[in-house]
Amino acid sequence: MSITIRGGSIVDASTESRRADVRVDGDRIVAVVAPGAALPSSDLEIDVSGCVIAPGLVDLHAHLREPGREESETIETGSRAAALGGFTAIVAMPNTEPPHDSRPVVEFVREQGRRAGLCEVLPSGCITVGRAGEVLAPYAELREAGVRFFTDDGNGVQDPLLMRRALEYARDLDIVLAQHCEVASLTKGAVMHEGACCSRLGLPGWPSLAEELMVHRDIELCRLTGATMHFLHLSTARSVELVRRAKADGLPVSAEVAPHHVSLTDEMLSGFDPVFKVNPPLRTAADIAALKVGLADGTIDAIATDHAPHAPHLKEQPLDQAPPGMLGLETALAIAITELVDTGLVSLQGVLAALSWNPARIARVEDRHGRPVTEGEPANLVVFDPTAEWVVDRNRSASRSSNNPYHGRVLRGRVRHTIFAGHAVVVEGEARR
Amino acid sequence: MKHLRSIPEIGPDGIVRLLEISRRMAEVNRRPVPKVPALVGRTVASLFFEDSTRTRLSFETAARRLSADTMTFSVSTSSVNKGESLRDTVETLDAMGVAAFVVRHRSSGVPWQMENWTNASIVNAGDGWHQHPTQALLDLLTVHDRFGLDPSLSSLRGIRVAIVGDVKHSRVARSDVQAFTMLGADVVLVGPATLMPPEVDGWPVSIAGSIDDVLGEVDVLYMLRMQRERMNEALVPSMAEYGSRFALDARRAALLKPGAIVMHPGPMNRGIEMQVDPTLLPGSAIADQVANGIAVRMAVLFDLLGQPEGGIPS
Repeated sequence: MSITIRGGSIVDASTESRRADVRVDGDRIVAVVAPGAALPSSDLEIDVSGCVIAPGLVDLHAHLREPGREESETIETGSRAAALGGFTAIVAMPNTEPPHDSRPVVEFVREQGRRAGLCEVLPSGCITVGRAGEVLAPYAELREAGVRFFTDDGNGVQDPLLMRRALEYARDLDIVLAQHCEVASLTKGAVMHEGACCSRLGLPGWPSLAEELMVHRDIELCRLTGATMHFLHLSTARSVELVRRAKADGLPVSAEVAPHHVSLTDEMLSGFDPVFKVNPPLRTAADIAALKVGLADGTIDAIATDHAPHAPHLKEQPLDQAPPGMLGLETALAIAITELVDTGLVSLQGVLAALSWNPARIARVEDRHGRPVTEGEPANLVVFDPTAEWVVDRNRSASRSSNNPYHGRVLRGRVRHTIFAGHAVVVEGEARR
Repeated sequence: MKHLRSIPEIGPDGIVRLLEISRRMAEVNRRPVPKVPALVGRTVASLFFEDSTRTRLSFETAARRLSADTMTFSVSTSSVNKGESLRDTVETLDAMGVAAFVVRHRSSGVPWQMENWTNASIVNAGDGWHQHPTQALLDLLTVHDRFGLDPSLSSLRGIRVAIVGDVKHSRVARSDVQAFTMLGADVVLVGPATLMPPEVDGWPVSIAGSIDDVLGEVDVLYMLRMQRERMNEALVPSMAEYGSRFALDARRAALLKPGAIVMHPGPMNRGIEMQVDPTLLPGSAIADQVANGIAVRMAVLFDLLGQPEGGIPS
């Protein structure tokens, strides 16, 4: 299939904005030419005036629920939500049933992603068998199956000795361990951020300290072992500061934040709607401000969705039983534009760094995602209108679930086309597969 | 008023209105036949997901004295044990034609979540650590009665209230702090820091670490129930040590100023927070609280379900 994209402006790692027309043929970009220059005719010719053409987005953090919880999401429905959100690669979190701790499971996940054909599904691996925090998972076996990103996400690795061994063992395998930072004994039964709001609402609190203690511990373990470490969904101001200092010390650490942690505060729980229960919890306006500064100064490398679908009958339980998590794939780019670009805190190129080439590097897929938009590169692209306003409607989602915290909100920035491996998988905001 | 779910939702005006209706209901309760036909034909369902005998009986007695029909749902005998969801339970009872749900649940916020699944009125009989508004109203009524006050937006000005014990896990404390201060009372919270909410900066209260510092100053000493399981969470070293610092015993009772009253939401832990027999305390208002509970709950049900027709239907 060949595609010609005319009228847009390229933004990539090397270009803040450059008007050009782009032609894709097969799975490659075959021409990047001056606006209006002659190009051979293509199967699909699209006019994208006013839009940005960028490398496809990469999500380090998507819960696809398959295998085991297909009532909430499947790899196909999650991939479709990803494509509609402009993503061409997503890391599938390991907390499925069974979890990603053996070769057959990760091969199944990758294969289901291939069958869906909407984006590249990158299975993560577990740090410990069964995500139980007791025995190391078989990293080399999983690496042979293509896994480069390992996490027990949903659980933090509690035992410092085990985490030390994990980092030491991982060091020679050129893989990255990603921590869900939560000291579990401090968050037992927690429903929301510990602070003024939880005190008023009488809901059990999740103290910031529970995250920060583990961030601090793991930074010191990186210093000790020299292994590479990624911090998942950081949510507090102190966590950002700890990572900032670790980077200043030259440690090989990276970090992500979730869109909801830069856009929603703990006050959202005032109406007791379980859609706003998420782990780590929504924090305060001061935390949001610090996370945004972290993104602006590069302390935070990536924006990762923590897309966490839950079927309605699971999510609409009393708050103490409702599972934590919210949808994110279809709104991530618009939240980033609305909260970071429109507010003047981060350039559009900076936001795309956090949504594309930085996470591509962290997930070790920089050979095919987050690439510059130039001739010969793999055709993984997103085309979006950075100024288009739209109203989020939880009932118009490709996800199987509807736990969307932005329902009814007006956001700016809308994905129009997504091209994955040379295929136009999303055209004019509609999935083609 | 559609629901009674929290003290802030009804505000000071709602509190005063309900206290005035409560006094009229207390008068009904003093009649030889304490029953009126105000809610004939309306069904009140009590939906108790957490054990409570006194609150449930108090609500059901209130409903019957207004001639409402009552329906009781308690978890031990229900389909919840077969895995039925809260939503399905509410929708099933709603389909039977319920005018009001009286709900208690261990999870804060359930009365708000239920709004999505029923058009009936919702009365919060206690949600998690959050709110227990009828307890706050009956506590206010008791204080007004004992001090000979008429409810108004400033009727408790000059009244000093100490709330002692496990404030952190107490829906009674949260509701009472708001209700007492809305009518002008000064409230001091007393307890170890481990049993205080994590952040009370915005609360209109002062904090004291010792009960002995406040005994001689307060008009109302409100003792909270201390739950034994708190010991397993390392919140206090032992019940004995808790008692030595925060219990009401005969020595401390003697230090109360003349005319001060002692309150407790029940059920009491004798030998833990109450180390003196309250029936021997001249200031004990605990029995009044229980009696006032019925009048207040009659007022609430009447206010919710007697409207919009107003008055007592013939």
